[in-house]
Amino acid sequence: MVLQRFVRGLLFLGVSLLILFPNVSVKAAGGIAVPEQDWSFSGVFGTFDRGELQRGFHVYKEVCAGCHSLNYVAFRNLGDLGFNGEEIKVIAKEYEVEDGPNNDGEMFTRTAIPSDTWPAPYPNDNAARAGNNGALPPDLSLMVDARVGGADYLYALLSGYHEAPKGQEVADGMYYNAYYPGNQIAMPSPLSDDGVEYGDGTKATINQQARDVSAFLAWATEPNMEQRKRMGVKVLIFLIVMTGLFYVSKRRIWADVH
Amino acid sequence: MSEPKFNNSLVRWIDHRLPVFTFMHHEMHEYPTPKNLNYWWNFGSLAGIVLVIMIMSGIVLAMHYTAHVDHAFQSVERIMRDVNYGWLVRYIHANGASFFFIVVYIHIFRGLYYGSYKAPRELLWMLGVVILILMMATAFMGYVLPWGQMSFWGATVITNLFSAIPLVGESIVTLLWGGFSVDNPTLNRFYALHYLLPFVIVGVVVLHIVALHRFGSNNPLGIDVRGNQDTISFHPYYTVKDAFGLGVFLILLSAVVFFLPNSMGHPDNYIPANPMVTPAHIVPEWYFLPFYAILRAIPDKLFGVLAMFAAIGVLFILPWLDRSPVRSATFRPIYKVMFWVFLLDCVALTWLGAKPAEGIYVILSRLFTAYYFFHFLILLPALSIFETPRSLPKSIGRPVLDGGGGAMAAAPAATRERS
Repeated sequence: MVLQRFVRGLLFLGVSLLILFPNVSVKAAGGIAVPEQDWSFSGVFGTFDRGELQRGFHVYKEVCAGCHSLNYVAFRNLGDLGFNGEEIKVIAKEYEVEDGPNNDGEMFTRTAIPSDTWPAPYPNDNAARAGNNGALPPDLSLMVDARVGGADYLYALLSGYHEAPKGQEVADGMYYNAYYPGNQIAMPSPLSDDGVEYGDGTKATINQQARDVSAFLAWATEPNMEQRKRMGVKVLIFLIVMTGLFYVSKRRIWADVH
Repeated sequence: MSEPKFNNSLVRWIDHRLPVFTFMHHEMHEYPTPKNLNYWWNFGSLAGIVLVIMIMSGIVLAMHYTAHVDHAFQSVERIMRDVNYGWLVRYIHANGASFFFIVVYIHIFRGLYYGSYKAPRELLWMLGVVILILMMATAFMGYVLPWGQMSFWGATVITNLFSAIPLVGESIVTLLWGGFSVDNPTLNRFYALHYLLPFVIVGVVVLHIVALHRFGSNNPLGIDVRGNQDTISFHPYYTVKDAFGLGVFLILLSAVVFFLPNSMGHPDNYIPANPMVTPAHIVPEWYFLPFYAILRAIPDKLFGVLAMFAAIGVLFILPWLDRSPVRSATFRPIYKVMFWVFLLDCVALTWLGAKPAEGIYVILSRLFTAYYFFHFLILLPALSIFETPRSLPKSIGRPVLDGGGGAMAAAPAATRERS
């Protein structure tokens, strides 16, 4: 009787979970399944690989930052990647940001400091469109959460530029990409073999760069992910013990009810 | 109902002048509760606790949120990145909303299975339906606040439904928007209402509990309590049972909050709202999907909207549609089967609500929508006449139902004497 009820409860839970998580296999809108990658940050105990993040940051800085902003990431956040305070100041010094108005009412530019957010390549959306054949390069701060497939999708997209198959029309100023919804993307293939030079000697193939920058954007999307998972393990252990104690108490208190 | 004795002299002094302690003792301690409640009865108190979790996390979020179209999205990201544990509070609030609906839907289906809506608990049931409607309004407006793409377009689609109402529809929509499109005034009034409505829910929950305590809980046998031998005091028996259920609930909620925090959201809502770009598929949150499926199943806009509201409205008159004097499905052989068919119908509508409105999905939506109303409007009244219920046990203490032997059959009538 109790067992039967338990089984029924489990069934119910199963059905509810099915309703909640219907997107078991991730497909790009183009119809091609995005291959699943093995990331250091996936799973319950997943953490970011600092080397991978630093290489990815290098790719963003040298390649993506030419057109894409990273509005929600500040220089100080780079501490998460393993840079120390001095290194962050040096990186920030390479950039100029607009500040002001000063006491004369004038806007002025100064070198960036760690508390500044990453300077955008264009002053506004219209300037960005004007510089990119009418297309708007999206901000990359939240890319991994803002696309179905997350980091897997970004990797597939960046490493997935090929010749258009026969019979597929590609409009002027557009490029063929099997993973992009509609298969025509305004961004030309941004990565090339040895397009950047890694400081740690890793060979900068297209796949390596795509992988590194996807990991970097996963961090940029959710810099608190490691803290979240670490805390989650502790919270779950605590709750399981607590619930076990409640269960034992329940059994004891109910022992005299028939 | 004996006067409780308090050992603390300050408590006695206060209670003599303001009998809150006596009240709490009567309603939360010795409150007689059927002793045969199963774990499906955990979900009522659980829903109350989730409401408190939602209000507490929500107030903290409100301290950091900015209700302006130019700053809302950014302020949410600030909460996620720069506010201490802001990510935790927001993930609890966002996933808590989904879990709130899971808990409340289970609570409702428990009521449907065991006939908890029948006399004398009709008003208790109807107050519950009012809570459900208020929850839906609150959840809808809460989803608009982050001002992502789904926030904006969900708000546009849902508020536009009201324009189907003849004569006054357009004016109602203008009033909801505070202008001629979803814009800053819309966001501001939704924020104000999203903060207000949870406290209205608290008020209706209080009424719900007052109505509950008038006759006490229904129970899995669906028969009335005959006397003290059928009941046990709420505390400690059900407080500890509810605590255990709360523990299980918190484990599930934490698993999602810490390891799958965005699994119930839509990626498009991490893209800032843009009135110039419509997302490929505008999908409401999962807990609205059955009603969304019913809305889209009807080819006419006005009748679609009416059907959607009727799907909830029909619950108000349920106590008068189901005239069978037997409450629990345990003793209603046909209703018992039809309950599970109806549950499957709701699951199917949820699935269909997430599918594009084309091809076979439209036909299926129509079939399952028709069945939804068939169940309430035709099947239940007919069953009240044609179904022969099994014989009911004499009392909860001695259910002569499966020839004794069950753990409950041997109950001595002594449990009540402890309190």
